[in-house]
Amino acid sequence: MLYKESGQFVTTYRFDKRFFRLKQERLAFALLLAFAFLVVPSIGNDYWFSAILIPFLVLSLAGLGLNLLTGYAGQLSLGSAAFMAVGAFATYNFNLRIEGLPLIISLILGGLTAGGVGLVFGLPSLRIKGFYLIVSTLAAQFFVQWVFTNFTWFSNNSSSGVITAPPLHVFGSDFNSPVGRYLLTLTVVVALGLLAKTIVSGELGRKWMAVRDMDTAAAVIGISVPKTKLLAFAISSFYLGIAGALWAFTYLGTVEPHGFDLTRSFQILFIIIIGGMGSILGNFLGAAFIVLFPILLSNLSSGLFAGAIDPGQLENFQKMIFGALIIFFLIKEPNGLAKVWQTVKQRLRVWPLRF
Amino acid sequence: MTNATQLLRLDGISLSFKGVKAITDISFSVKKGEICALIGPNGAGKSSLLNVINGVYQADEGQIVYKGNARKNMHPQWAARRGVARTFQNIALFKGMSVLDNVLTGTNLKVKSSWIEQVFNVGRAPADAPQQRQKAEQVIAFLKLQPWRNSIVGNLPYGLQKRVELARALAAEPELLLLDEPMAGMNAEEKAEMSRFIVETRQEFGTTIVLIEHDIGVVMSLSDHVVVLDYGKKIGDGTPDEVRVNPEVLAAYLGTKH
Repeated sequence: MLYKESGQFVTTYRFDKRFFRLKQERLAFALLLAFAFLVVPSIGNDYWFSAILIPFLVLSLAGLGLNLLTGYAGQLSLGSAAFMAVGAFATYNFNLRIEGLPLIISLILGGLTAGGVGLVFGLPSLRIKGFYLIVSTLAAQFFVQWVFTNFTWFSNNSSSGVITAPPLHVFGSDFNSPVGRYLLTLTVVVALGLLAKTIVSGELGRKWMAVRDMDTAAAVIGISVPKTKLLAFAISSFYLGIAGALWAFTYLGTVEPHGFDLTRSFQILFIIIIGGMGSILGNFLGAAFIVLFPILLSNLSSGLFAGAIDPGQLENFQKMIFGALIIFFLIKEPNGLAKVWQTVKQRLRVWPLRF
Repeated sequence: MTNATQLLRLDGISLSFKGVKAITDISFSVKKGEICALIGPNGAGKSSLLNVINGVYQADEGQIVYKGNARKNMHPQWAARRGVARTFQNIALFKGMSVLDNVLTGTNLKVKSSWIEQVFNVGRAPADAPQQRQKAEQVIAFLKLQPWRNSIVGNLPYGLQKRVELARALAAEPELLLLDEPMAGMNAEEKAEMSRFIVETRQEFGTTIVLIEHDIGVVMSLSDHVVVLDYGKKIGDGTPDEVRVNPEVLAAYLGTKH
C-alpha cells in the first residue's frame, strides 16, 4: 500500500530510465538528501560526525568503487586499499607541489592518478580470471604500500611516510570543522554515487555486466572485452582513489601507508559482500553495517554485559562475531542487504496481501 | 561457384583439437538470403564449424570468404562488426540482466557516442539512447517478448531464454545469422513458434541464416540448402530433396546394409 504504483505510467523512454520510477521513491530520496544536508549538520555532534558519519560515507564510496569492478564487471580484486593509498598520496602531492591548486582539482587529479595505476594493475585481467586475478591485485596491494613506505618523496620526506591533511578550503569556505568535513564528504559521495548510478544503468554498465556474465558471448556481439575490463579497473580505481583521499583528509587528518594495508582491502570486500554485489545501495548498507556493528557490540558489552567481558578480549569477540556473520551472509543471502531491501519493498508493494 | 549472390564461402576448412581432427577439408557456400542447415550426427563437427565461421575457433587450414573478403581466420569482433550475429547451443545470455538489457547489448555496435558522452549525456549520446531503445523494442515486439521485458533472464524458462538469445542477435541487425540448435530441448509447439520466427526473420529483414538442427522434419521444411557432416567431413550438400535421397547421408543417419 505504501508502494502504490497505480496511476504512475511511463510514457517516454527517458522516464523509463529514471533511477526511481515511483513518486514515493523520488520523494523519499529527496527527503533523505534534505535531511542529510540540512538537518544532520544542526543536530549532530562532533562524535557522530568524526567517528560514525564520515567513515560511513567514505567506506560507502570505497565499497562503491570495488563494487563497480567486482559486482558489475565481475573482476575480483584485493587491491582496493592500494588504490585508495594512491589516491590519498597523489592528492596530497598535487596539493603540496602545485601552488594554489584548488582542493577539488587536487582531489580529482588524485582520483585520476589512482585510475591510471588501477589501469596498469588491471592489465593481467586480460589474460587471467578469478582467483588468479586476486593474486595479481594482491601484488598491487603490497607494491603500493612498499613504495609509499620506502620512498619518502611521496610523503614530503616525513620520517615514517605519514601525510597530513592540507587545510580544507573549497571555494573560499572553510571545511575544517567536523561538520564541515562531513558536508564536504557528503557532497563528494552523493555526486559520485549518482554518477555511478548513471554509469551502471547505461551502455557501459551493460557492457560490464555482459563481460561479467558471459565474456565469450560479449565478444561475439562485438563488445571489446579488454577495453571494457580496463575501463572497469580505471573507473573503479578512480572511485577508490577519491575515497582514499577523503579517508586521509576528511576522516583521519593524518595517515601513514600502513593505514591502507590488506586489512582495509578486506574490509571493503566485506562491505560489498554484506551490502550486495552489483548494487549501488548495497555499498551504503554494507558500510553502515561495518561501521555501526563494532560500536553496537562495544556498547552492548559495556552496557548489557558490564564487567562480564574483559575489555581486552572485546576486539577478539568482535572479529569472531564478524567472521560468523560473513559466513552467515554468504550462505543465507549471497546477494546481501540490498537484496533484503528489495524483498521488503516487494512485500510492501502488495501488503497486506502476501502475493 | 563465385557469383554476386554468394555471402559466405568456406574453402577447405580443417580444424583439430590437440591432434584430434574435428573438421576435415570442408567447403561449401551460402547464398545471400537463404536458410542453410548444417546437419549431422552428434560429434560431426557442426558446432565447431559454426565457431570457425564467426571466429570463436581458429581454423588450421583453409579460408573463409565473407562478403568478398577472404580471411584465413575470423575474429569474433571483426565478424560482429561486419554483420555476423549468432546464438549458442547452451544459451550464452547475460543471466543477471533483464531481457531489455540483454537485447540492448545486441545494439552496442550501433552506438556512436563514447562512454564519457553517455555518462554526462552530451555530444552524440542524447541521440544514441532512444535509437538503441527503439531498435530493442522493435525486436522485442517482433519476437513477442513484451511481457518479460524487465524480467531477469536467468529466471525465465528455457524456451523463452532461447528466444531472448535470438532477440539479442537480431538487435544487431545482422546480415548473417548463425543459430546453433535454436530448437534444442523444445516441445513441438515451441519448435513451431521458433520456426515461424526464423522464417519471419528472413522475410522481414532479408537475413541470411545458417542453422544447426537435429529435428529433420524442421530442417527439411525450413531450409533451402542442407549441408550434411559426418565425422568432420562433408557428405552431402544440396536442396533438402537432393539430400534426402543421397545414399551417403542415408547411411550416416540410418546405417547401411552389410
